[in-house]
Amino acid sequence: MTQHHKRPDGLPAPGAPLQHYVSDVPFDPNEGEGRLDGMAEASQLQLMWWQFRRHRVAVVSLVFLVLLYASILITEFLAPYHQDTRHLDDIYAPPQQVHLFHEGRFVGPFVYGRERSLDMENLRRIYTDDKTDVQKLRFFCQGDDYRFWGMIPASLHLVCPAEGGNMFLLGTDRLGRDVLSRILYGARISLTIGLLGVTMSLVLGIVIGGLAGYHGGWFDAATQRVTEVLQSIPSTPLWMALAAIIPVTWSPILVYAGITVILGMLDWTGLARAVRSKLLSLREEDYVLAARLMGAGSARIIGRHMVPGFMSHLIASATLTIPGMILGETALSFLGIGLRAPITSWGIMLTEARSVNIIALYPWLILPVVPVILVVLAFNFLGDGLRDAADPYK
Amino acid sequence: MAAYILRRILTMIPTLFLISILVFVIIELPPGDYFESYVAELKALGEQADLAEIEMLRERYGFDQPQYIRYLHWVGGMFHGDFGYSFAYRLPVSEVVGDRLWLTFVLSFLTILFTWIVAFPIGIYSATHQYSWGDYGLTFLGLIGLAVPNFMLALLMMYFANIWFGLSIGNLMDSTYLDQPMSWAKAQSILSHIWIPVIIIGMAGTAGMVRRLRANLLDELQKQYVITARAKGLAPGRVLRKYPLRMALNFFIADIGSILPAMISGAEVTAIVLSLETTGPMLIRALQSQDMYLAGSFLMFLAVLTVVGVLVSDIALALLDPRIRLGRGNAK
Repeated sequence: MTQHHKRPDGLPAPGAPLQHYVSDVPFDPNEGEGRLDGMAEASQLQLMWWQFRRHRVAVVSLVFLVLLYASILITEFLAPYHQDTRHLDDIYAPPQQVHLFHEGRFVGPFVYGRERSLDMENLRRIYTDDKTDVQKLRFFCQGDDYRFWGMIPASLHLVCPAEGGNMFLLGTDRLGRDVLSRILYGARISLTIGLLGVTMSLVLGIVIGGLAGYHGGWFDAATQRVTEVLQSIPSTPLWMALAAIIPVTWSPILVYAGITVILGMLDWTGLARAVRSKLLSLREEDYVLAARLMGAGSARIIGRHMVPGFMSHLIASATLTIPGMILGETALSFLGIGLRAPITSWGIMLTEARSVNIIALYPWLILPVVPVILVVLAFNFLGDGLRDAADPYK
Repeated sequence: MAAYILRRILTMIPTLFLISILVFVIIELPPGDYFESYVAELKALGEQADLAEIEMLRERYGFDQPQYIRYLHWVGGMFHGDFGYSFAYRLPVSEVVGDRLWLTFVLSFLTILFTWIVAFPIGIYSATHQYSWGDYGLTFLGLIGLAVPNFMLALLMMYFANIWFGLSIGNLMDSTYLDQPMSWAKAQSILSHIWIPVIIIGMAGTAGMVRRLRANLLDELQKQYVITARAKGLAPGRVLRKYPLRMALNFFIADIGSILPAMISGAEVTAIVLSLETTGPMLIRALQSQDMYLAGSFLMFLAVLTVVGVLVSDIALALLDPRIRLGRGNAK
C-alpha cells in the first residue's frame, strides 16, 4: 500500500486512489452471518420444494393423494371383492366390525359371523352378530376372480374373509354388493375424471390463452367475449344441459369420455384468462426485452423465458379446479344424467342414497361421500401449498 | 357515473346475445325433436298420435324452417314475453313457469344476503384472531362447507331436521299453497320454509368468501398505515373500522361476481334434491324430455340472472370506489 498524506477529516487527498480492501477469498453466500443455507445456488424447483415443504397440510395432502392415485393401479388386489359380486344372502347388510380379541384372547383381526332374520312387521332384514362364530380374516389370499387391468386373470387379494364367511366392512347395498370394494373401484372413475378434465382444460387454456395473449387482435377480442359468456353462465345447469344431450345408447366408456370432455370444455376459461394476462405482463419484463435484443425468436422467448415464469402458477390454479370437477361429476351422476350404471363412481354409488328414508334405514350407503370430501379437501390444500410455493422469492 | 353505468350496460348486450346463441345451440344439439320422441313414445304405447295438432305446433314453432329462423323467432318472442311452447305440458312456457322464476330470484337474493351477513363477521374475526382456536375452528367448518357436495348437505339436513325437530323440509311452501296466487299466508309459508335451502346453498359460497375475506384483510392489516395508526395511539377496533375494513368492503362487493354463478349452480342441484318450487327440478325434467323451449328459457333466465347480478355488483362497486368509475373505465 502506498503512503498517503492524510487529511484532517480522514479522507484521501484529491486525486489519490480510494483506500479500500477486497478480500480474494472466494465468496460463499452459505457461510458466515446471514447465510443462505444453499439458497443462493438452489434451482427454482428446489426453492419451490423448500417453500412447499413448509406448508405441512399440503405435504400431507400430497402424500394422501399420491397413495390414493397409486391405489387405483392395484384396485383389484386391494378390494376384498369384485365390484359386481352380488351376495344375495346379504342385501343391505350393515358394516361389520373388525375385532382383535375374542373372549379376552388375542386371535388377530376377525369378524363375527352373522345371522339373518326377517322382521315381518317392518319388512326388514335384521343382521345380528353370532358371537360364537369367529371368522378370521385371511391376508394375501385367493378370493373373487378378476382380470387385472382387464387383461391378466388372477384372484389374489390383499384381504379376504374366512373360508365360507363374509366380510362387509362398510356394509352392502341394494344388490348385496360390498360397499368398500365399490368405493375402491369407484375411485378409478372419480379420480381420473377430474385429472383428465383438468388436463384438457389446461391444454385448452394454454393454447387459447397463449394465442390470445401473444397475438392479440381479433382473436384476443373474440376469446375475451367467449370467456365472459362461459363464465357468466352458471356451470351446473350448463353441465346438466350438455350431459342430457349424451344419447342413452352410448356405451358407458363413451359416456365417461363425454362427461370428461364436458367438464373440461367449460373450465378452461379461468386458465386461459390467467395465461393471457400473465403473457401480457411478462411481455413487458426487462428480461424478455433482453432476450429479444439478444436475438431470440418468439418461440424461444415464449418457451424458454415466459412459460416457466407462469407455469407454476398455472399448475397451482389448475389443481384448485380439480375439486370442482370431482364435485361436478358426483352431482351429475347423482342426478342421473352423468355416468351410468355398469360404471362405478362415487357419484353413482351415492344415487343409492337418494332419499331420506334410505339414509335413515341404511346410513352406510352415504359413505362414498367421505372419500369425495377427503379428496376435495386434499386438492384444496395441495393447491394452496402449490400457490405459495409457486412464488418462492416472496 | 351515468356514463360508466351506460357503458357497462352496453357491454352486457353482446354478452347476452352470445349466451342466447349458445343456449339455442345446446338445446338444438340432441338429434330429433320433441315431436319425434313423442310420436315414437305414443306408438310404443299403441296409441294414436294427434298428427294434426302436432303438425300445427310444428308449423307454429317453425320446425320445418332452417335453424337461424327458429333462433330469431325464439329470441324475438322473448322480448314480448313469449318464451315459446312447452311441449310436455302443452302450455306456453310463461304459464308453466309461473312463480318459479320469481322464487328462484328470491332464493338467490336471500342466499347472497345470508352469505354476506355470515361471512362478514366470521371473516373479520378470523383475520383479527389469526391462528387462534376460533380461527382454526371456523376455517375447518368452512372447509367442510366447501367440500361436502350440496346435494349431500341437503339430504343430511333433511334427515336431521326430521329426526331432531320432526320437520319435513322439502318444498318451499305448504302443499296447500302450491297453485294459489300470492297472498300473505303464502308468503309466510314460503318464508318459514326458505331458510333451509338458503343455508344449504349459502354454505359453500360463505366458506369461500370467508377464506378470501380473511386473506384480504390479513394483507391489509400488515400494511404500514395500520402500524402507523396503531403507533399514533388509535384503538385497535377503531383502526380496523376506519381503514382495513373499508378496503375489505370493496372486495366484498366485487366478490359477488365470482360467487354468483357458483351459487346459482349449487341452487339448482339443491332444489332438485329438496324438490323446491324453483327452476331446478323443472329444468332437469325438461332437459331429459327434450322439452327444448322450456329448458332453453330456464337456461337463459339463469344466465340473465347471473349477468344482471354481476352488473349490479359492478355498479355498486363503482359507487363505492371512485378509482373504478374514474380511472380504468370499462376495463373490468
